Amino acid sequence: MKLAVWTYEGPPHVGAMRVATAMRDVHYVLHAPQGDTYADLLFTMIERRDHRPPVTYTTFQARDLGADTAALFKTACKAAYDRFRPEALIVGASCTAELIQDDPGGLAEALDLPVPVIPLELPSYQRKENFGADETFFRIVKRLAQPMERSARPTANLVGPTALGFRHRDDIAEVTALLDEMGIAVNVVAPYGASPDDIARLGAAHFNVLMYPETAEAACRWMEKALGQPYTRTVPIGVGATRDFVAEAARLAGVAPKLDTARLRLPWYSASVDSTYLTGKRVFIFGDGTHAIAAARIATEEMGFEVVGLGCYNREMARPVRAAAKALGLEALITDDYLDVERAIEEAAPELILGTQMERHIGKRLGIGCAVISAPVHVQDFPARYAPQMGIEGANVIFDTWVHPLVMGLEEHLLAMFRDDFEFHDAAGPSHHGHKAAAAPAAAEAPVAAPAVTEPAANDNGGKVIWLAEAEAELRKVPFFVRAKARRNTEAYAAARGQARIDVETLYEAKAHYAR
Amino acid sequence: MTAGCPSAGAPVLRERGQHEVFCGLTSIIWLHRKMQDAFFLVVGSRTCAHLLQSAAGVMIFAEPRFGTAILEESDLAGMADAQAEIDREVARLLSRRSDIRQLFLVGSCPSEVIKLDLAKAAERLDAQFAPQVRVLNFSGSGIETTFTEGEDACLAALAPRLPASDKRQLLVLGALPDVVEDQMRGLLAEIGIPEVAVLPARRAGDDPAIGPHTRFALAQPFLGDTMAALERRGARHIAAPFPFGEEGTTAWLTAVAAAFGIPAERVEAVTAAPRARARKAISAARETLDGKSIFFFPDSQLEVPLARFLARECGMRPVEVGTPYLHRGILGPDLALLGDGPRLSEGQDVERQLDRLRADRPDLTVCGLGLANPLEAEGLATKWAIELVFTPVHFYEQAGDLAGLFARPLRRRALLTPGVAA
Ligand code: SF4
Ligand code: SF4
Repeated sequence: MKLAVWTYEGPPHVGAMRVATAMRDVHYVLHAPQGDTYADLLFTMIERRDHRPPVTYTTFQARDLGADTAALFKTACKAAYDRFRPEALIVGASCTAELIQDDPGGLAEALDLPVPVIPLELPSYQRKENFGADETFFRIVKRLAQPMERSARPTANLVGPTALGFRHRDDIAEVTALLDEMGIAVNVVAPYGASPDDIARLGAAHFNVLMYPETAEAACRWMEKALGQPYTRTVPIGVGATRDFVAEAARLAGVAPKLDTARLRLPWYSASVDSTYLTGKRVFIFGDGTHAIAAARIATEEMGFEVVGLGCYNREMARPVRAAAKALGLEALITDDYLDVERAIEEAAPELILGTQMERHIGKRLGIGCAVISAPVHVQDFPARYAPQMGIEGANVIFDTWVHPLVMGLEEHLLAMFRDDFEFHDAAGPSHHGHKAAAAPAAAEAPVAAPAVTEPAANDNGGKVIWLAEAEAELRKVPFFVRAKARRNTEAYAAARGQARIDVETLYEAKAHYAR
Repeated sequence: MTAGCPSAGAPVLRERGQHEVFCGLTSIIWLHRKMQDAFFLVVGSRTCAHLLQSAAGVMIFAEPRFGTAILEESDLAGMADAQAEIDREVARLLSRRSDIRQLFLVGSCPSEVIKLDLAKAAERLDAQFAPQVRVLNFSGSGIETTFTEGEDACLAALAPRLPASDKRQLLVLGALPDVVEDQMRGLLAEIGIPEVAVLPARRAGDDPAIGPHTRFALAQPFLGDTMAALERRGARHIAAPFPFGEEGTTAWLTAVAAAFGIPAERVEAVTAAPRARARKAISAARETLDGKSIFFFPDSQLEVPLARFLARECGMRPVEVGTPYLHRGILGPDLALLGDGPRLSEGQDVERQLDRLRADRPDLTVCGLGLANPLEAEGLATKWAIELVFTPVHFYEQAGDLAGLFARPLRRRALLTPGVAA
């Protein structure tokens, strides 16, 4: 048993729904109690889909448990087929139905329907949403895709985009354009927008573009083995990754690499002088493995940030995330416990968080700006405008999105200059975010009103150090987002030297000691 | 149930099929706001945690006063193990949250299917943490409860624990937003009932005492089990229409007053001003709603009283009034006022109900969040049912807001569609 408050991923059958809802002409019959129908609103409200997800829930009740839940499943399954006439049926159990062991696959098979029935076994008490999507798509592909002759011209499948994915809708357009420039046509996009017939045609492509390892790696591995299709390992998020992706795709297609950078603005925007203030900005990155790794590369190589924390919530991606973190001299944070993430962020005291909707709320509480880079998504992650993460336009979007929570360059210099001015206070946010400019908490921030000696602070060595009043006042001049860190460093420095008191001198010695 | 109920005979369409309604766990979202020292610990699956998160919509609180103890593979193996795990999680939780005075262990479908005995766990933990924290249990599972029935199960669990009292008193049942509860107390005081007990109380220490001289009125229609539990303790129900709109509020207050020997004229006299205000506020929305048809999908059990309000005070024409469960003993007075016009349906087969909806093509459809956008895309204006339980809508001062909730989607549609008048 594990206490969860907020979760990064839903249960695995929600992953299956993301696949089914993305597709056309499939229907998912889910053995589940009525409350599980809440999942529909994820698609209709958050993604604003104008159709109900193609899901029939059996909604068994307590009184059915003693009777015949299996018969109920069969009735629901037959009625769903008759009403929706899908080209393929997916059947499975939610967490509760898994416990009553009705075997939806066998029951549906027994109905002898004239379409393929694909049973899912998703272990609800061990795995989560991304696994559910990956496994579901793999089962569908394995059942429906056939070895076939390759298309005459070089083609690729785009695999991985699902319903409720972070910017999947727009990434498809961007990757299609990248390939098109090199004369590589798209054979099938799946599961997003694909019908069972389209899945059957996957084998005609020369290779697969694995857009999101979270949702389609198992299918790609199977297609590599069974259909002889290689797949791309680079996810084209960021300028460097897009260039690498173009080279990789060109190699797999046997064409010359080509990338039109006329519309690419990230590198120049990053080089222009207003961006000087971005140098060494401390960022904390957390998301799904794919987006977190991509963000770490962009942050260091393309934005000139310093990455002070990197992690992911999907354990399946722990290995590559650990490697990426190690390359940056960091220990990766692999957890799906939201409170662990909050603690780690507080500890690292970053100036910017690149995270999910969950980290956006952490940022709000800690007063740290946050740009969203990954699922879990919320309604504002489905903007009306074109806003991909991948390819050329994706890089431009990323530059704008990441810079938005920060104070603009010129503004930051002014803030520094006037920091001690009574009308300014450093908790005031960027001027383009209207709501944050609350009045300075005068008492707490007043330099000398504090008692001459503050409470002894316990340090790591278990000893006590005391801050003298001027040192405390000086510490307040340190920008708020690094103040906690400065305090800790100074205390550690003092303790290591056996100093019981911290004066201004100690503060600056410590600063010099820890200077990067 | 009561033989004299005028609508006892109205035919009801009873349906079995796919239900498209939340489970009782959802009640935790408003219960934990109302009961300010309570923690709701769901013993369930990742699905339950995800439902709570999705229904709450936004994570306003870093550490809210609810959470899910997610069952894992190891818990499913042996029962003794699971009880020990609950003890551990509860001990850890209570040591971190010294502000908690009452803890509810909330059963879910998985915990009930594996027959995890939460009553036993609650009893053991209650003994362990008394008097600091009281521990109770109830079921919010989707196999036992529908949406608002979670509140019913919670209050019914509290009922046997309430202290006894022989006092002649009024008890109002059902969680109301604090501001609405205060308005209600004000109205009742003016009528001549200065002291009002309320369940649920805001804090564990403020629990009402009850007994054979307690008369209780319902502020929410979905509290059938709680009503039965109170009756077992000797308290008696005051039947009344629900306090929605001017008419409903007046009828409710009049029924309560009568139970305490206060004449209707007195109610009439002290409520003149707020009644006039309510009528005026409703009239603004009535311009939009008058003559429009409305279709209710089953959701909160508020459907019948709301249909009555919209029909009688806003001029709307209910076509179908669907409700998860039709409790005639509670809804009798509202059913009588609603009359025989609309089709009543109980339970749900969502596909068939959608067929009826498409045949009726009402001007406004009240439905869950899963259906709203797809129906809008079909050209049908919708109102999210969940807003009706999250928004203050009871009594005179909210009557205009309540009507406005239904008028807004129609006004918006008119604004966005050239040539369509609201
Ligand atoms: S219906 Fe059952 S399994 Fe689903 S969320 Fe509700 S209690 Fe949990
Ligand atoms: S925070 Fe914004 S996006 Fe999220 S529910 Fe509220 S309005 Fe919608």
